[in-house]
Amino acid sequence: MSEPLIELRNISKRFGGVRALDDVSISIRPGEIHCLAGENGSGKSTIIKVMSGIYQPDEGEIIIDGTPVTQLDPIQAVQKGVQVIYQDFSLFGNLTVAENLALNTYILEGRSRMDWRRARQMARDVLERLGVRIDIDADVETLPTSGKQIVAIARAILAEARLIVMDEPTTALTRHEVDALFDIVRDLQSHGIAVLFVSHKMREMLEISERLTVFRNGRKVAEGDMRDFDEASITHAMTGLELNDEPYLAQLSSNKAPVLQVSGLRVPDSVSDVDLTIRPGEIVGISGLIGSGRTEFARALFGMEPAASGQIVINGKDQFPRSVQQAIALGVAYVPEDRLSEGLFLTQSIERNMVVSILERLRKGLFLDHARMRNRTEEMFDAMQIAAPSADTAVGNLSGGNAQRVMLGRWLLTGAKILILNGPTVGVDVGSKAKIHRIIRDLARNEGLAVIMISDDVPELVGNCSSIHVMHEGRFVAELSGADMTEAGINDSLKSLN
Amino acid sequence: MSTKSAEPRLLGRILGRDAAIAQLIIVTLVIFVLMTVLNSGRFLSYYNFESMTYLMPELGILCIAMMIAMLTGGIDLSVVAIANLAAITAGVYFRNPIVAETMGAGGAALILHTIAGVMIALMVGLAAGLLNGILISRLRIIPILATLGTGQVFGGLALVLTGGPAIVGYPPTWNWIGTGKLLGVATPFWIMIIVASVVAILLRRTNLGVNLMLIGTNARAAIFAGIRSSRMILYSYALSGVLAAIAGILLSGRTNSAKADFGSSYLLQAVLIAVLGGTNPAGGKGRVLGVLLALLALTFLSSGLQMMRVSNFMIDAVWGGFLVLVIAINYLRSAK
Amino acid sequence: MRIFQSTEAVIALVLILVMFAIGLVNPAFWGVSNLFSLAKSNVVIGIMALGVLLIMISGGIDVSFPAISVAALYITVRSMVALGYDGVMLPFIAACVIGMSLGALNAVIIDRFKMIPLIVTLGTASIIRGLVLGLLGTSIVNINKMPKELIEFGKQDLVSVTAQNGATVGLTAMVLVYLAIAVVVHLMLKYTMIGRSIYAYGGDAESARRAGINTRRTIFFVYCTAGLLAGFAGLLHSSMIWQANPRDFIGLELDVIAAVVLGGASIFGGRGSVLGTMIGVFTLVMVKNSLILMKVDTTWQRVVVGVIIIAATAITAWRDRKKLV
Repeated sequence: MSEPLIELRNISKRFGGVRALDDVSISIRPGEIHCLAGENGSGKSTIIKVMSGIYQPDEGEIIIDGTPVTQLDPIQAVQKGVQVIYQDFSLFGNLTVAENLALNTYILEGRSRMDWRRARQMARDVLERLGVRIDIDADVETLPTSGKQIVAIARAILAEARLIVMDEPTTALTRHEVDALFDIVRDLQSHGIAVLFVSHKMREMLEISERLTVFRNGRKVAEGDMRDFDEASITHAMTGLELNDEPYLAQLSSNKAPVLQVSGLRVPDSVSDVDLTIRPGEIVGISGLIGSGRTEFARALFGMEPAASGQIVINGKDQFPRSVQQAIALGVAYVPEDRLSEGLFLTQSIERNMVVSILERLRKGLFLDHARMRNRTEEMFDAMQIAAPSADTAVGNLSGGNAQRVMLGRWLLTGAKILILNGPTVGVDVGSKAKIHRIIRDLARNEGLAVIMISDDVPELVGNCSSIHVMHEGRFVAELSGADMTEAGINDSLKSLN
Repeated sequence: MSTKSAEPRLLGRILGRDAAIAQLIIVTLVIFVLMTVLNSGRFLSYYNFESMTYLMPELGILCIAMMIAMLTGGIDLSVVAIANLAAITAGVYFRNPIVAETMGAGGAALILHTIAGVMIALMVGLAAGLLNGILISRLRIIPILATLGTGQVFGGLALVLTGGPAIVGYPPTWNWIGTGKLLGVATPFWIMIIVASVVAILLRRTNLGVNLMLIGTNARAAIFAGIRSSRMILYSYALSGVLAAIAGILLSGRTNSAKADFGSSYLLQAVLIAVLGGTNPAGGKGRVLGVLLALLALTFLSSGLQMMRVSNFMIDAVWGGFLVLVIAINYLRSAK
Repeated sequence: MRIFQSTEAVIALVLILVMFAIGLVNPAFWGVSNLFSLAKSNVVIGIMALGVLLIMISGGIDVSFPAISVAALYITVRSMVALGYDGVMLPFIAACVIGMSLGALNAVIIDRFKMIPLIVTLGTASIIRGLVLGLLGTSIVNINKMPKELIEFGKQDLVSVTAQNGATVGLTAMVLVYLAIAVVVHLMLKYTMIGRSIYAYGGDAESARRAGINTRRTIFFVYCTAGLLAGFAGLLHSSMIWQANPRDFIGLELDVIAAVVLGGASIFGGRGSVLGTMIGVFTLVMVKNSLILMKVDTTWQRVVVGVIIIAATAITAWRDRKKLV
């Protein structure tokens, strides 16, 4: 057994009162493909930052090539061969592929001259070695996501990486692109470069990884050879809590008129010919890769895709929402994917965040009716069980789960009948997640809301939906319900796509 | 019990739970005391305060206009040009021989034409503001460049209208707006108080105000929440344009003249006072009360310095230094 | 086909079209004396624009450079007069050092207090101008008092031609200075790591930090160089017009920023080139100078500049348009 390339022993890291990492250890051997799995908030990203020298651990040691390193800083980490590819790739969109590739090396070498000829040669060599064809003179911003990822990998290789950490590398890739990525990773392995995947896509990780470490709530809960795990045991390790997973059963009576009927919905370049009917109390899941058109589908229902066409009937009213305001008036609500940048006004109060979409209705004459605004907020504050000192607290001070409940509260105030949730529990800890699921189920069951739930999290969909559509290249390619609706079923369906 | 708590609550509501306001009050008081001590007798005179009530309003209204643009993370670099263009357009109207003749007769005609002049100036401000708003919200030109460009256009048009020299000879009624008194207090001061109150109410109690704050906090989230962002931004620049026109009326009324390059140092001062008053130039935060306090502080400062025979150029330098100081203090406070 | 996609080609095309349009209205445009004077008008504003270009590529903006220019030229010339010193080399070095230190002041405030560059430079411009006028006074150093060697330096012609009316017109040698600076800036931007770091920082500041670029050094380099160029341009201006006026350059920031934006630089950072900027400067100067040739009243000048700024930014806004959400 070879000596570990990098070993982190008994690492602890606190942020204020929160223990992000609690006595965790992980070791990576040269040339191995290792997978670090865990839910959001499990400490995955913290350990990456410790490994790359961005965070200093409060306790524990870091051992590289058998020698303990005190005070690992980012530059040292790079010199020791640790390279991290973040989800956003950290590339320069305004510079060419060649320059992006050469820049790091030149900085590392401490050069003061920009040698274009060598840069282009380096770029050509490394891309050839990876066996990919990319125009080295193209601006990086013109490349597709998979191309940017390859540039990021190539850059890590040029920096003489011995360990490449990839944060959720497959999220935005098609199956075909994932296969191409795995080929590259195996090639790296054959050159002795270790790869650490940080991912929650178990199916893909089972295919390629040799070893596995699982984190939950800042602790290591499992580790070992990939052979000793299967999807069920990994998922169990990741989520821990035995979630009472009886699937959601909508109390459907066929005499209830559908809330939403979509037929022939098209969005140029992203959605084609989608039909969907939802009755009150139903929770419909949509599974699919990023780029499958799932987000555009949701945006079209919410009046945000001006070029969309087709027929949308909401509560018997045949009207295609052409603006967000119109969609809201029709009773559609949308909780976007990225809560921080698309959802919340972080420095503003919970109250303002909740009433923002009903301000027009809170008007009395020229002015806003503050008393009524306060009443409505308090009601929703209690109904959503938000843990905060008062409705004047800035939303930026809330935890992910509480913040997401503010978003839900905002839409319930509008009297929404159709709730579209894009990644409803992204960045929410396990305990809060169950709470949010319960709220969503209650809303559907008791208030008769129709819910569309878009998620990467297959267990979440299976546990909460009455039926699930699999979306691919802008179409619904499979529908699962009842007994077919299992994790394996969806994963098989997703896997067969390319 | 209830009567006891009512008073601090009212005060608390006006002041807000805002540490910045408390800090501003202290700064204003310190400057006030300092200037009183340095200019024994002269600073604390009725005449000095009276002259401040005439000088402060035009700048104060420009500051409020600037703050409104900053609420959504923008800036309006054309306010001074709009003010001059509005005043000059009204001046051109008054110079029209027919208008001048009927006004010479005095009486109702004088008042009616003055009102017409005011309306013309306000319309010019509105039109200029709308142009800014359209460039920024529809054509998506970033506010710095859009208003830099329109500032040139408005200033240029003012120059074309006058041909260079100042326009003089406004009717007495117009001058009353800038130099008169109402109930023993300067008319322009009343106007500033009214404008400030209206804008304060607008920002805190209406849809538009709350929407502007939210857009300034997170423009993307505002769209997802169903706010009509581009319309709100358009309104905010239109409002800023109208306020600039009011400032132009006060300035021309006070000096009985209007020129294309009047008050050019007001631009920096308006930015400074808005920022000093707690407005976040990145958007989402700003209060009229803060701006007024900052205005008071800096008016005390420059009036005191003038009494000490410090040259106007040095006062400009002090203003600039103050801006940098405020930036530093704000940074250190937020870093805590 | 790449050439037609380059911003410079588009601007150059616009420039040529405008030239022909002006030439059609008034053939005197193509006269040697007009062309020579046009070239001369490019020098000072062009050097300043190169400094602003660096700042814009880094994602910043600067409205203080006219004040820096004035400070550099006025302090230098007044000191020369006071000391009775005459010369060329030393004064230019002095002006550059003054400009650079004032640029460093901008950099310190922007880097240390993380404040929007527009507001910082508005403040420093006011400080610099106020101090110059307040401490040194407002009197103009005219041709009689101006150091003679400085005047001689600015007077040099590259070639001179006798025009039809018998007057001799010369092409100022300062054009060479401008071109030399432009070449240096171009080489720096394209072939040095510090130059590339400006593009990287302007493209994505966070990624630049992650890539190990010393971003503080980049910011200081950019603002100091811009200050240096402004200082140099100031004294050059003084030696070309044979006087030192502390009230010069008021409002020039608008023209220069307009020219740089016209030259294809993005105010969001990461884009811009020396060639584009030079074409942008030329276009703006030419339009302004030609208004008289085209029999347009000079009072319209500001309106025209304003419209050019708006048009240029509207076009770049359209080019850089992104889906809002």
